[in-house]
Parts: sequence; structure tokens; C-alpha cells
Amino acid sequence: MTNIAHETISLAVNGERREADVEPRQLLVYFLREQLGLTGTNVGCDTSSCGACTVLLDGESVKSCTVLAVQADGGEVTTIEGLASGDELHPVQQAFHEQHGLQCGYCTPGFVLATVSLLEENPSPSEEEIRRALEGNLCRCTGYHNIVRAVEAAARAGA
Amino acid sequence: MIPAAFEYQRVSSVEEAIELLGRDEDAKLLAGGHSLIPALKLRITRPTVLVDIGRLGDLRYVREDGDRIAIGALARHAELAADPVLGQSCAVLAHAAGEVGDPQVRHRGTIGGSVSHADPASDLATVLLALDADLVVRSPGGERTIQAGEFFTGPFSNALAHDEVLVEIRVPKVEQGVYLKHVRRAQDWATVGVAAAHVGGRVQVGLASMGGTPLRARAVEDALAGGATPADAAGHAADGAEPPSDVSGSSEYRAHLARVLVRRALEQLS
Amino acid sequence: MSILGNRVLRVEDPRFLRGEGRYLENMPLEGAAWVTFVRSPLAHARVNAVDTTAAEALPNVQVFTGADVDAHPFGPPPYWNINPAMVRPLVARDVVRFAGEIVAVVVSEDRASGVDAAELVMVDYDSLPVVLTVEDAAKDEVLLFPDEGTNVAARGGSQEHDDGFFDGCDVVVSDTVWSQRMAAAPLEPRSAAAELGEDGRLTLWATSQTPHTDKMVVAGILGFDPAQVRVISQDVGGGFGAKMLEVEGLLIAWLARKLGRRVRWTETRTENMLALLHGRAQQLEFTLGGSRDGKVLAYRLDVLADAGAYPILGAFLPNLTGLMASAVYAIPKIEVESRSVVTNTTPTTSIRGAGRPEAAQAIERALDLYAAEIGLDPAEVRRTNFIPQDAFPHTTATGATYDSGDYEGALDLLLRSAGYDELREEQRRRRAEGGPVELGIGLAAYVEISNPVAETEFGEVEITEDGGAILRTGSFSHGQGHETTFAMIAAERLGLPVERVTVVKGDTDEIPQGAGTFGSKSTQIGGVAGRLAADEVVERAKGLAGDYLEASAADVVLDPALGRFHVVGTAEPSLSWVDLATRASTDGRLGELKVSQEFQAPPTFPFGIHLSVVDVDKETGKVELRRHVAVDDAGTLINPLVADGQVHGGIAFGVGQALYEEVVYGEDGYPLTGTFVGYAFPSAAELPSYERVEMVTPTPHNTLGVKGIGESGTVGSTPAVHNAVLDALAPYGVHHVDLPCNGENVWKALQEAKA
Repeated sequence: MTNIAHETISLAVNGERREADVEPRQLLVYFLREQLGLTGTNVGCDTSSCGACTVLLDGESVKSCTVLAVQADGGEVTTIEGLASGDELHPVQQAFHEQHGLQCGYCTPGFVLATVSLLEENPSPSEEEIRRALEGNLCRCTGYHNIVRAVEAAARAGA
Repeated sequence: MIPAAFEYQRVSSVEEAIELLGRDEDAKLLAGGHSLIPALKLRITRPTVLVDIGRLGDLRYVREDGDRIAIGALARHAELAADPVLGQSCAVLAHAAGEVGDPQVRHRGTIGGSVSHADPASDLATVLLALDADLVVRSPGGERTIQAGEFFTGPFSNALAHDEVLVEIRVPKVEQGVYLKHVRRAQDWATVGVAAAHVGGRVQVGLASMGGTPLRARAVEDALAGGATPADAAGHAADGAEPPSDVSGSSEYRAHLARVLVRRALEQLS
Repeated sequence: MSILGNRVLRVEDPRFLRGEGRYLENMPLEGAAWVTFVRSPLAHARVNAVDTTAAEALPNVQVFTGADVDAHPFGPPPYWNINPAMVRPLVARDVVRFAGEIVAVVVSEDRASGVDAAELVMVDYDSLPVVLTVEDAAKDEVLLFPDEGTNVAARGGSQEHDDGFFDGCDVVVSDTVWSQRMAAAPLEPRSAAAELGEDGRLTLWATSQTPHTDKMVVAGILGFDPAQVRVISQDVGGGFGAKMLEVEGLLIAWLARKLGRRVRWTETRTENMLALLHGRAQQLEFTLGGSRDGKVLAYRLDVLADAGAYPILGAFLPNLTGLMASAVYAIPKIEVESRSVVTNTTPTTSIRGAGRPEAAQAIERALDLYAAEIGLDPAEVRRTNFIPQDAFPHTTATGATYDSGDYEGALDLLLRSAGYDELREEQRRRRAEGGPVELGIGLAAYVEISNPVAETEFGEVEITEDGGAILRTGSFSHGQGHETTFAMIAAERLGLPVERVTVVKGDTDEIPQGAGTFGSKSTQIGGVAGRLAADEVVERAKGLAGDYLEASAADVVLDPALGRFHVVGTAEPSLSWVDLATRASTDGRLGELKVSQEFQAPPTFPFGIHLSVVDVDKETGKVELRRHVAVDDAGTLINPLVADGQVHGGIAFGVGQALYEEVVYGEDGYPLTGTFVGYAFPSAAELPSYERVEMVTPTPHNTLGVKGIGESGTVGSTPAVHNAVLDALAPYGVHHVDLPCNGENVWKALQEAKA
């Protein structure tokens, strides 16, 4: 801990109002994981390259490792934990399941949120558009083939 | 991964930001954070205080202003890439904005932040240089305009005084422009980037990742003005440049790429 | 109707999709102290002093140096025949031998203070000369272990070279492939945590593919009785062969004992790129001789492997490279020699394929060079030299006994699926048209060795009170889907729905032994062990059912479709597993329905053939992978959905080596590719969709007929892409392009050919 004054932030996370004191240097991803206990969002790199930390901030996909918690003050954050409705998976989650779009699962929350954002902006993307839209998310297990199938399936399902 | 500690001030006006910058020479502006925060995380930079101008909504716009397009410094890359006015009147800049990083980065990164960061590999900076853009900055003394050609003074350094804030970028309306970016992977910084456009009756060419700043390929421009073919003019692409050598490419390879990409850009222009 | 062979969706998916993955860094671990490692920025230096004063002046910070850490050094097991003097202290004392070596250990109350304190640890170094390449290391000028007098850490194969080896060969071709240093780069960086219980038992939580082996290593190095050590790996985010116990885990365990409290560590990606052991880094010098009409007669392979600073598994892998040197070809004469040398770089270990991709990368280039020299189509030259389909089991001149194979069948299937003739036609057309982009078509046949050291795996099936089953396995899935595939294997034997079989792994207290998961061995030994245990449970259940149905066990059958036991010939009365479990539980006999088995089998030999289609921009050199067609035969497919995924991932890994990735060191020995910015492993934007073609040639080595598929895609893909690039550049007289075939390396090759 340092002597720097903490900032009080207030934001909506998965629809719930949250308030907390944070060090200015605290990254949004660590705020979500460590202060809110939402450990579904993962840290995969330290150069904003891998996208494992992708969440929605005010409806848009962002890399939460490259956003300070203080920047999210007053905003709305959606993490992977906020997608399913009880037992029912979000159509994007369901599509990843049906297309075997995950193996170790570590990159998966990031890809799912990136896909939600993509389909919001482009509801019927071509394969090429999908691959370009996922340029900021890295996976070492799947070779991406089934991730692309999952996005296509989610698009067909009207996700 | 964890930045060194800093203080934080969120401001509600440019003037407030200017004042805070003036008080502390180790203060830094925070806009979208997508140039600054990566540097903070690797502890390459250790500001004492971040002055957060990210919410100054007044600086987020694209509008026609006579024969120029005025772009607010806090406009985000994704906004520029999709902007109809920009797409209509300066498509090369809209296209380049769509090439920066990846979708998540484009949702947050701002043109002002990216350009001020003065990375010699910056796509937007390179296009602005080729377009002879004007950068409008505000200081305690008022507003002044810096031409793009004067703005980039060295690797990651710009012509701004410490207490100056870039507020607007003004680009000419350009009917024809091309930005070609050679990368290893789609999300990467340009190994070499080439911007070419018809500006005020002549073809102007900007180069990314060919030196300590984005560069104008003046030898190419002069050759064209002198009647050379695109192929011949492009042969001068690396004249006077000292391209870096790194894992993305050696300086010889970069020089070669510049010649190839300039030729292709010029061929696309005609 | 067997469930095996069906595309069953994975039962483990929900928790990953919901963000409830049980990754170690997600564990709360209340009260744990944070550990941060201070690492040498220098590749080779004497350590004169470590000043911890400034760091320890921060509140609640403690720093330990090499002098403090009283533990055995970390070295390879003796049967790898690696110089036993070249061991690694857990924390460096007098000398550091690679950039990234640990010189001090910081303990703090939170992550951020640890980073702050680590920066304040002042180390006084005297730089030493640095040796970074295998060629330089082999000169034995700059020595990492001066007392040893050499940088050679291990040797393999035969030191004798027969001067007349290529006598009688009309044609001799040779070249050197540098199979470049790669990073495993799993998306999850490593974590470790440990605590010493009041009962004196040590619990180590790890992100490891091999919890049981790790337990023995921890016990040995830290002086515990193995019974006093528990290792727990839960969900691990990818491993690719590199995530096994390393010095960091040992230090975490040591600290837990030293401090008497919980400690935890999670590395940053930068740290991971530096300190997670690297892979490949083998120089492959090959010479192939044959007749003018296409018969290969002799092959020599010289391997010079980079062990990094402290030789461990990477120094042993050339033995596998040499074993698989002749691949799918019936080559009568083979000579292999290997040396592993130390350099001032991160130590090397297994990563996906572990020695077999290297073997394929050499022989497949050799075949193409030979084909070009004699003017025969690469597909036909391969066909001419395949080990014939009726020749199995086949023992190669290197001493590997291949169990089953049909290489010619694979080639025919591939050529048909890919439309090979049409592709060659398109290439002819494109070449006639001219244009800046050349089309290249590359083939690579391979055979690889799975379960390479013939390991034993444990499987236990236990029927639970509610009539379901638990399958405890010593295998350790870290993305491979065992929770589904092993459940399918047991479920099929038990007659239970897949969802009623819960697969448990990773806790050495719950599972008494295990070989972990690497070498593509899990299904063929772990899955089979589970099957054997399930079969034995069924036999015992018949006995119990017989008692309840008042019949003899020999007259009782299990209807696997319904999961009900009944007397043969009469469907009712019958007992479901629920019925049986309930009654057995009441009678105190449920424990009879718990059986453990071990299964050991010799290695199996998955094989296949890949075809790659690339577009090469001959001006920029940039290569785009347009199509990749893969026939991969790993025997019986338990779950084709999961098998597809393994092949896709394997292909991407191999394409990464072929076109994008390399760990590059600066002259001073510090890596230039230390982050995901510099280390360019591909995204979806760089890769196409793949065309996987199924082929099944079972193995006789287990009742399922299953081999291992996890590494197959990688072994076949790198040489197919490499050959495709060379094929594209053939009209320009290019015979060699360094890996990775990125724009610059292609451009350089074109320049050299022009000169």
C-alpha cells in the first residue's frame, strides 16, 4: 500500500450498483477480480495483447487491463458472470458450448464478451469479418476454428 | 503489470487540466489511456499525477469546417472509423483509424492521445503528417496551431509545452488517399506504414516506423512532382531515412518494404 | 449403441463459460503472503552482493537470497544421462547463467508492494561473457560450468560417422533446419501457492500438468517424506508440455515451511516469457541419399540442441528426435548423432511435440529437396518410400517399433480431399500469368510417438450412494476434455449416462498415483485404466446384483443401454445402478463397488499427412496461409468433437512455428520477444479454417485401439507449411528459408537466390 489517497468510485457491475475505494493505479481487471470477487475475467498478458480481460464498458468491448478502475466510475460494466440468466446460458455462451469453442477455458470469457460486442455492431459478419474482429483476442488451445464456428452459430441464433 | 503509484485528478475543463499540468512537470494527461496505461504497467513512465480529461465530451466530435474537417482530440478510433463525414471527406484517415490495434483498443483510444504519444509507428500520426494536418493546442496563453510537420520532434516526444493540451485536429478534405500497413499480425504496430494522398494539388506521402518519428517521404514527393512514375518515385521511399531494426524487421527490410508499399500506394492513388 | 465415437458436448464447459473456472489465481487463499521474484537482467554474471535494505524498509516486506535458501538444487533425473553437475540452485548464489534467473525472493502482504519492493533490491553483478548460440556453445570457449570443461550436457545416438555412408547413392541432398526456440505461451501464466499444515503436511497448489511427479520432486528436494506432501492442480489454463514443477513452485513450498504461513505467487506474462521453460531450439543438420528413380537409401541426422542454461528435459529430447528421424519412410540406413549444449538462455523443455516436430521438420525438408533434385513430384517420392501398409508392426533402423499405420492410404485420402491435381493446375496457371503473389503447395507426412516412455496410468471407478460413478484418474486434463471423454469411456462400460460419471483429477491425496498429461498418452493409458476399472466394477456389481436377485453372479448381465442388471434371459426383475447402490449402501457393501486399476502399454504411433496452400507475396515476402488440409490418424476416436479441437489447436501451434513465432535474444542475452507484442503468436485473423479429414487405424496396444492425438497436428503442420513456402519460391532458385517463414526471412532468401 502507498500513501496515495484512494478514490471512491461508483459503478454498475452486471446490473448491480457497486461502490468502492480504489488506488488510482488499480486496473479495472484487478478491481473486478480482487475487490468484487468476480474472478471470471482473466489476466493473460501485460501488454494489452491477449484480450483475456475483455469486458463490456458502457456496452463496448474493452480490455479491462488497460482501463483504470477510476475511469470506470459512473459507468456500466458487464463481465462474463453477468451474461447468463440463472441456468440459461447467453446465446453466445451456448454457441461456444455447442461448437466446442473452448478447451482450457482461460481465454473464453474474453472471447465471449468480444463476440457479444461484435454481434452488437455487426449482426451478420462474414468469416473474414469475424476473424478481423477477434484480432485482439489470443487463444493457444483451439486454433480458432471452432471459435469462428461459435460466432457464426451465435449470429445465426440472433445473439 | 502494476503501475508505480500516482495521484489522480479528474478535470471538468481543459483549463483545469492546463492548470494542473502547469503545477507539476511530472503530471501526465489521461485520455483513452491506450498509449499511457501500457507504459505505466511496464513502469516505463512514472508520472506523479494523472490528469484525467477523458470525460470532456466537448472534445469528442467530427465536423465540417469550411474546407477542413475538424476532429475533437478525444474522438475515439472506432468513432472515426465509422464516421460518415470523415468517411466522405477524408476516408484515408477513417480507414487508418480502423487499423489501429484491435476493436477493444479502438473503443477507448483517442486520436489526441495516440497522436500526442508520438509513437513513430502511429498510423494516425503518419496520416496526419501526410495530410499536413493542423493540430490545435490550448495553453494558459490561449490557442495556437502546430502543423503536423512540426509536431513530432523525436521518438515519443512532441512539440507541446508541458502545460499545453491538444484539443483539435484539422485535416483537409481529401478525395483520394491510401493507407497501407504491413504487419506481422493484424493487431500489431506497423512494421512499415505508408500514407499517400492528394493534398492541395500534389501527392504527399507519410511513412510509419521508418525512423524516430513518422516521416514525410519528401524525395518521393519531389520525384513525383518532377514527373516520375510511381515506380520510379517509390525507389526514393527510404532516402534519408534511418529505419529501426527490431524483431518486426531489420532496417534493410523496412527500407525495402517502404519502397514496395509506396509504389503500391501511389499506384492505387492514380 | 455405444456412446464412443459420438460428438458429445463437453460436460466441463459450463463453469468455463460462466467464468467459474477454478484457476489457481482465482482461489481466495485468505491470509496468504505474496511472493515476487527478483530476476537477473543479465545473461551471465557473477553475483557479488544482494542488498535488500531498501526493499525491506518497505512495511511488511521480507527478502530472501540464495544464501538463505537451504534446499537441494534442481536437476534432471539420472536416467536422462545429463551431466549431473549442471544443476540449478533454486536461487542463484555466486553466478547467474541466464536472464531471468532468480536472485532474490520478496515476500509482501499484497501484490503491488511486492512489485515495488522487488524494484528496490540492489544486486551487484560483474558481467561475464555471454554465449547464446549452439554453434558458439559447442566451441567450448565461454563455459557456463568451467569445472566441467565443456558446454556439452548430454549426447545421444552414435558418435561414429561412417565415411562410406552414402556410397551407392546417385543423389545426395543436405541442409540445416534451425527449429527455432519457441515459447509455450499458455494463456494462463503460472501460479503457485503453499501452506504447511499444523500436522506438518505441506500442501502445494500448482498450475501443473504433473501433480504426482511434482509431489515426489518437492519431497526429494525439500526433504519431506512424500506422504507428507499434497499437490493440488485444479483447472489449468493450457500447458503444452511446459507447465511442470519448476524452481518457482519449489521456492513457494520452501517459503511456506520457512515462514509457517500461506504464500502465493502469480507470474506476469513478461515473467512467463522469460522464465517458463522454452522449447524446440534444435539445429538439425540432415543429409539424405537415394537413387535417381526415387528410392531413399540413407539418411543422416545431426542434432545440436540448445539446453539453455541448466539442462533438463530439453537436453534429453534429441533422443526422441533421433528415434523418430526416419519417420514414415522405410530407410534402410540411418545415422543419428545428437549433442545438447548449454547456453546463457532460458532452459528448454518439452513443448507440444517435444522432439518429434523437429524430426519431421528435418526429414520432410529432406524429401522435398530430394524430390526437386530428381524431378519427381513430392507426393510420389513420399509414396515410393513409405513403410508399406502390410509391414506392421515395423521396427525402424533407429529402434522404434511402430504399432500400426497406413501411410499410403493417408496420402491417397489427403490428395483426394485437398484436390491436389486441381491445386497444381491452379499453380501452373498462376505461374503462367505472372503476378506478385506466388502459390505454394506443401506436403508433410509424419509419424509420431505417443506415450513415448511407455508409462503406467491409474484409474479408479467408484459407484456412489446415488448410483452415479466417480472416475479418479492420474491423467491431468488442462483443456483436453477428459472430464467428458474419460466419462464416456466409463459410462459406456457401466451403462450410465455420461453426466452421471464425474471425473476427478489433480489432487494427490485423492488420487494415489498418476503420470500426468503430456506426450499425448492420457487416453491410451488413463482412459484405458478407467475402462478396466469400470469393467471390474461391473463384474463386482453383477455379484452384488446376483445376491439381491438371488441368482449366481455368472447368470447376471448388465444391459448397458438401460444400465440395469438382470438375470440372463429375463429382463425383469432388474436393478438399476441407483437400486444397487441404495441397497449396497444400506448393507454396508457399497465399498465393493470401488476398483482401481493400473494400465501400462508400449508407445503408439499416430501418423498423418498435411497439405498446406500458401500465397507468398514475392515483393514483401509475406506469407498467407490460405488452406490447410490435415489427415491425422490417432486410432479410435472416443469423441470426434474433442479430437477435432486437438488437431485444430495442434495445427495452429505448428503454423505459429512455421510462419510467426521465435524467441529472439539480443546480443546481451536479454530476450527481445519478452511480451506478446514481440512474440507474435497468431490470432484468428492470421489463420484460415482447417480441413480435417478423419482416418482411423487402431492400435493393437489397448482394447480401445486408441493412440494419442494431442500433438499430431503440430508435428504435421510445420513442415507442410515450410514446404509450401519453398514450393512457392522454387521458380526463383530458392532452396532454403529460415523458420519462421515471415516476410523478412522469405525476402532474404529471395535476395540470396538472386545473388
